Amino acid sequence: MSDILDRVKRIVVDRLGADEADVTLEASFKDDLGADSLDVVELVMELEDEFDMEISDEDAEKITTVGEVVNYIQSHT
Amino acid sequence: MIEALKGQTALVTGASRGIGRSIALALADMGADVAVNYSGNEAAANEVVSELRSKGVEAIALKANVGNSAEADALVKQIMDKWGRIDILVNNAGITRDNLIMRMKEEEFDQVIETNLKGVFNCLKAVSRPMMKQRYGRIINISSVVGALGNAGQANYVAAKAGVIGLTKAAARELASRGITVNAVAPGFIDTDMTRELPDDMRDKLLGDIPLARLGKPEEIADVVAFLASAKAGYMTGQTLHVDGGMYM
Repeated sequence: MSDILDRVKRIVVDRLGADEADVTLEASFKDDLGADSLDVVELVMELEDEFDMEISDEDAEKITTVGEVVNYIQSHT
Repeated sequence: MIEALKGQTALVTGASRGIGRSIALALADMGADVAVNYSGNEAAANEVVSELRSKGVEAIALKANVGNSAEADALVKQIMDKWGRIDILVNNAGITRDNLIMRMKEEEFDQVIETNLKGVFNCLKAVSRPMMKQRYGRIINISSVVGALGNAGQANYVAAKAGVIGLTKAAARELASRGITVNAVAPGFIDTDMTRELPDDMRDKLLGDIPLARLGKPEEIADVVAFLASAKAGYMTGQTLHVDGGMYM
């Protein structure tokens, strides 16, 4: 869990230029971390590479917070 | 502009003959490695590949019907597997099924939209992921003067080519923030197999509508595409360049 969270955090900080302290489990990509819809698509692309998995478009649309990403990755790897 | 595209890779759809072939050659002249997409004529595509290789660049022929999204995805994947990047996409593949509206069959309309408009979307979608990651891309869509002017007997082709101009603008806005430019080139009547099918009387009438009073050469389209594909066109996106001897102005 903490390993996944760290890796997700690193990508989010890197991709969105967000402050690491702001990247909490509850943080919403769009509302709290300043992502636009293209940023979210890119984030998903990078997560797919990092965790060597495919996230379908339907699932990707439901993921809005850091915690949801971590849960998704945990249950799909 | 010699070697201005060295180390870059390009996909040109419908590149076995006509304008697409000239575009592939022009990009190779600037040093780009080129994937030659074709749908039917493998021998012609292989001939273009040998011409490209004789210029000292890498080249491959890849068969795909771009109107089919799975085939378009596979096309781009083959290029990524081989070269690891894709810098330039030229959406050139196109067909005609001319007929008067009253006589035009539904499948004639659908086939032209599928290849000439959906084919552009399919390839554009397939390259957008690698280009977004690269933070660089040049997409050039081939429209047509008739997309701007209309043309009797070509409702399907005109609708598709006008659609390409709108698609170009939408994609330009969507991808601009990632360093990807999307522009269109609208050729007039160019001396290719496609225009050689026109009846003589229509050809003569046509020349009267062209201020420069001649058909264009495929190379004259290719030169403009090569410019848009280069770093020199970095501040242009969403535009349609009309290369038609002055027909549309």
